[in-house]
Amino acid sequence: MSAQGARVVKKGTRGVPDTPVAQRARVAPILRINPVAKLATAVVVGVALLLSLDPVSAGAALACELVLCPWAGVDIRRFLVRGSPILIGALLAGLTIALYGKASGAVYLQFLFAHVTDGSLGLAGATVLRILAIGVPALVLFLTIDPTDLADGLAQTLRLPSRFVLGALAALRLASLFVDDWRSLELARRARGISDRGRLRRLASQAFALLVLSIRRGSKLATAMEARGFGGETKRTWARESRFGAPEILLILIGFAVASIAIVAAIAAGTWRFAGGF
Amino acid sequence: MSGLDLSISPGERVLLLGASGAGKSTLIHALAGVLGGEDEGEQQGQLLVAGRPAEQSRGRVGLVLQDPDSQVILAKVGDDVAFGCENLGVARDEIWRRVHESLTSVGLNLPLDHPTNQLSGGQKQRLALAGVLAMRPGLVLLDEPTANLDPDGVTEVRDAVGSILTDTLSTFIVIEHRVDVWLELVDRVIVLEPGGGVLADGTPREVLTRHGASLAASGVWVPGRTPAAPQRVPFESTQLVLASDLTIGRRGMPIQAHLDIALSSGRSLAVTGPNGAGKTTLGLTLAGLLPPVSGTLDASGLARGLPPAPIAWKSRDLVSRIGSVFQDPEHQFVTGSVREELAVGPRAAKVAPAEIARRVDEVSSRLRLDRLLAVNPFTLSGGEKRRLSVATALVSAPPLLVLDEPTFGQDARTWAELVQLLAELLNAGRSIVSITHDAAFVDAIADDELRITRQLVSA
Repeated sequence: MSAQGARVVKKGTRGVPDTPVAQRARVAPILRINPVAKLATAVVVGVALLLSLDPVSAGAALACELVLCPWAGVDIRRFLVRGSPILIGALLAGLTIALYGKASGAVYLQFLFAHVTDGSLGLAGATVLRILAIGVPALVLFLTIDPTDLADGLAQTLRLPSRFVLGALAALRLASLFVDDWRSLELARRARGISDRGRLRRLASQAFALLVLSIRRGSKLATAMEARGFGGETKRTWARESRFGAPEILLILIGFAVASIAIVAAIAAGTWRFAGGF
Repeated sequence: MSGLDLSISPGERVLLLGASGAGKSTLIHALAGVLGGEDEGEQQGQLLVAGRPAEQSRGRVGLVLQDPDSQVILAKVGDDVAFGCENLGVARDEIWRRVHESLTSVGLNLPLDHPTNQLSGGQKQRLALAGVLAMRPGLVLLDEPTANLDPDGVTEVRDAVGSILTDTLSTFIVIEHRVDVWLELVDRVIVLEPGGGVLADGTPREVLTRHGASLAASGVWVPGRTPAAPQRVPFESTQLVLASDLTIGRRGMPIQAHLDIALSSGRSLAVTGPNGAGKTTLGLTLAGLLPPVSGTLDASGLARGLPPAPIAWKSRDLVSRIGSVFQDPEHQFVTGSVREELAVGPRAAKVAPAEIARRVDEVSSRLRLDRLLAVNPFTLSGGEKRRLSVATALVSAPPLLVLDEPTFGQDARTWAELVQLLAELLNAGRSIVSITHDAAFVDAIADDELRITRQLVSA
């Protein structure tokens, strides 16, 4: 049982009527893992895959990751929607390299500066695989991070200054009001008679107005936080314990395992090239 | 403010009154120890809370502010209430015990992981109150905690304060210009004099009997002294806008359907109903700012040669036909001075400069803004901002005005001025749509009332 699950059960026993204990218990275990461990895992896999540019290490890593995906607690639709920039980016990068990458071997197509060759196709495939192999675990791990848990982890596990971490966390919540503000500012400008011409200038003035509104709201929020004793002399306690235990270590070990399998597979296949050297 | 001598004892429940600008908020912020350092102003004399300088009393004094949105600190209800306790170094088990207790005492029976961005204004203010109570303060300060709330929210917050008085909290100071809300809960009323000093101090009955008239004149809502309803003269009206089988919504998502509305010159329509029912969306649609989801909105009576649907008009054509006043005036300000702000609309409509200057003078003196022409709109007081946002619409002389919560949070004086002004406009043949929760406002100027209910359309 991990830290947060335990916390919920304890709160439940204190008689909070509507705490959805049952609901919490059903969630995938990865949701309860310390976000700091998720960051570390994404970094381990990412760094390992940046060491070489061959297709085998990336392919092996991606295969491992796809096998692990069912345990990641992300439903496929959300994954595809949020991951679409990575997928599209990977394909575009692949296309560019296929057309303009270092030419070698058989030539399949040639047009002005573009030439599709054996060499450029291989490089393109390797690049697509690599972007996905680094992107997929990062995306899956980040999608399951709750900002509050991350702040707890950064402040308690990594011991970053709480003033900074909690300030950023509170500011992040204000950011969600940006969209509504922006929409109102847009309508208000139409109502004031000034939205017909000078689109760029209008956007700039609207962005400035948004900045003014945000700063005002931010300073009000700062007052509210100070009034609740934030930034005082007293040593802060933490209502939520950010624990770093067996599940966290296990996740990082899985990250190391994926990285090792990728590297070993590439070395065994003879394709390993340290730092992309040829 | 200066030269104030005041002593408040444990167990007292104080209502703090005074004209706007008398320094009520400054005093409350000073008591909470969040007034800011020496770079933000000067301070003379002594302010002691429980025998200690107020700056050291942060956390021992609880503060609830006016704006519900800028007081929510964290994303989940439980975490938000726990925040203050964490800062005070309370032990973890004790924090959660207090969180539970405080939420119960303000009547917020929600799961601890309920998202705070889904709370209503009244719930957010009760959440702020719970966060303050969890810190176990000796004194709670309430700075216009209900000014931004609809009538249900006002009652919720007042009742929450009432119920904690009986068990946990004994001493509080509240600033509020609507006296009737707090009258039953307070046992002392202090009236601050603009510039410094105490104008009156005593039991509610004493102070209100002796100073009721002058308080009402300075903008305080004194019970039994409602501003007089303005005179209306009958007007032979013509139809300006006709909405038939109108469905309104945002980005194609319907909120209300099958609305039939006629707007005529010299008549005033009040749109009322609960929050979330789509009142603001209806206002924006009628004002030609949002496209209808379906149905027709025919504004031929205003079009003067343009197509009948106002959403098809250019922004500069709209401004001289329909004037909009948003709920938050700050969203509408686009320049750095009151004078410039007033000139924006007429200039967009290509009115001659001499005529613009004439209109700016006329409207600014009518709305008591003539002394503020050089001032930055963002630095105005709440009442001044409201008057300016109405003035910016009037200056383009549109036959139809759409006002979203024009009297929200306004003191009695601004309220009376607004109502008087709108009545004059109606007498002169303008048409006015007001979205409002304010029953007195509806009584004073509405000819028709459209009450919309939370009747979500099935897609």
